[in-house]
Amino acid sequence: MKTVKGIIAIAAILMLSAFTTVSNGYKVGDIATDFNLKNIDGTMVSLSDYKDAKGFIVIFTCNTCPYAVAYEDRIIALNNTYATKGYPVIAIMPNNPEIQPGDSMEAMKQRAQQKGFTFPYVMDEGQKIYPQYGATKTPQVYVLQKTSKGNEVKYIGAIDDNYQDAAAVKTKYVENAVDALISGKPIKETETRAIGCSIKF
Amino acid sequence: MDFYFYNMRILSLVVLFLMMSCKNESQGNAAISDASTRIELEVSPLEVYDFDGLKPFLKTKSDTVYVVNFWATWCAPCIKEMPYFETLNAKYKNKNVEVLLVSLDFPKKYDSHLRPFIKKNKLQSKVVALDDPDSNSWIPQINPDWSGAIPATLIFSKDKREFYEGSFTYDELETELLKFLK
Repeated sequence: MKTVKGIIAIAAILMLSAFTTVSNGYKVGDIATDFNLKNIDGTMVSLSDYKDAKGFIVIFTCNTCPYAVAYEDRIIALNNTYATKGYPVIAIMPNNPEIQPGDSMEAMKQRAQQKGFTFPYVMDEGQKIYPQYGATKTPQVYVLQKTSKGNEVKYIGAIDDNYQDAAAVKTKYVENAVDALISGKPIKETETRAIGCSIKF
Repeated sequence: MDFYFYNMRILSLVVLFLMMSCKNESQGNAAISDASTRIELEVSPLEVYDFDGLKPFLKTKSDTVYVVNFWATWCAPCIKEMPYFETLNAKYKNKNVEVLLVSLDFPKKYDSHLRPFIKKNKLQSKVVALDDPDSNSWIPQINPDWSGAIPATLIFSKDKREFYEGSFTYDELETELLKFLK
């Protein structure tokens, strides 16, 4: 019984530390890992496929989170604006579809078709990629810039400052960050936060 | 379970812990059903605040311990743990504990989802809605380590404050509260 109590105590301590663990994912300035993830069209997508890109707008998003859905049109707009400028959107769906069936590959295909996604919408199958980035929720953006060292994280956070109403947005964080990268200026806000749906694993 | 485990090796120990503690879990398992079921709408008062309005709820000079849970009707792990907060509220309300459920539902869902959910599940804890879309400005004020994912919970007294990003079982929640009641 003593050992059982000991194990409970240890487990309890570990659980508490898990609660307070701050994300050990990427910070601005880190080099982001590449990946090879399956897209809704059945092809595999890697950052290294994009020879001409200057960087990427990597967005962890999904079908089932109302906050992510609220941003769909704005994500499409980001890709339409910035893909031609060298910063395409890569959307990664990080949830476990067994827990969240609305985020299955089939559901992702349907949603992308309905909305007319113009960018890859890949599944983090096996959920190996989002923990490396340190994503905790959807939607969550990582703006990357290609450098000689690899794809450097330049911005982490929200798309803009109003999830409810695109028309009421005052600050477009991601656009500002990518515009700054394109014009070679420093990014004013490199990290922002927004309410999102916890990633289901 | 919805913790943010970055370290998988602790998972097995936690699972073990949960297996050992699950016998107590049933007490917090009152059924909470999905809000999407249509029920007749009755106009009920709902307090809606922006962050400045919510601020007074997030500090105290009294001897009361406050348990503040950030949730939404569309957030499955939030709904799953909702009965635990209700159980805690019922069990400790006479012991200077107050539970506050802060809904982050979209304002356009207040009538179609939030109010019906409160009514249908007969929530006894106080519910308020936070309507402040500039979340980047207020998330760090609630806690600097909060990524913004829900569920999230704040427990505080006049001289102690803890923040938890992730889900609770009833036992975990009560254990955290008891640290404030000593």
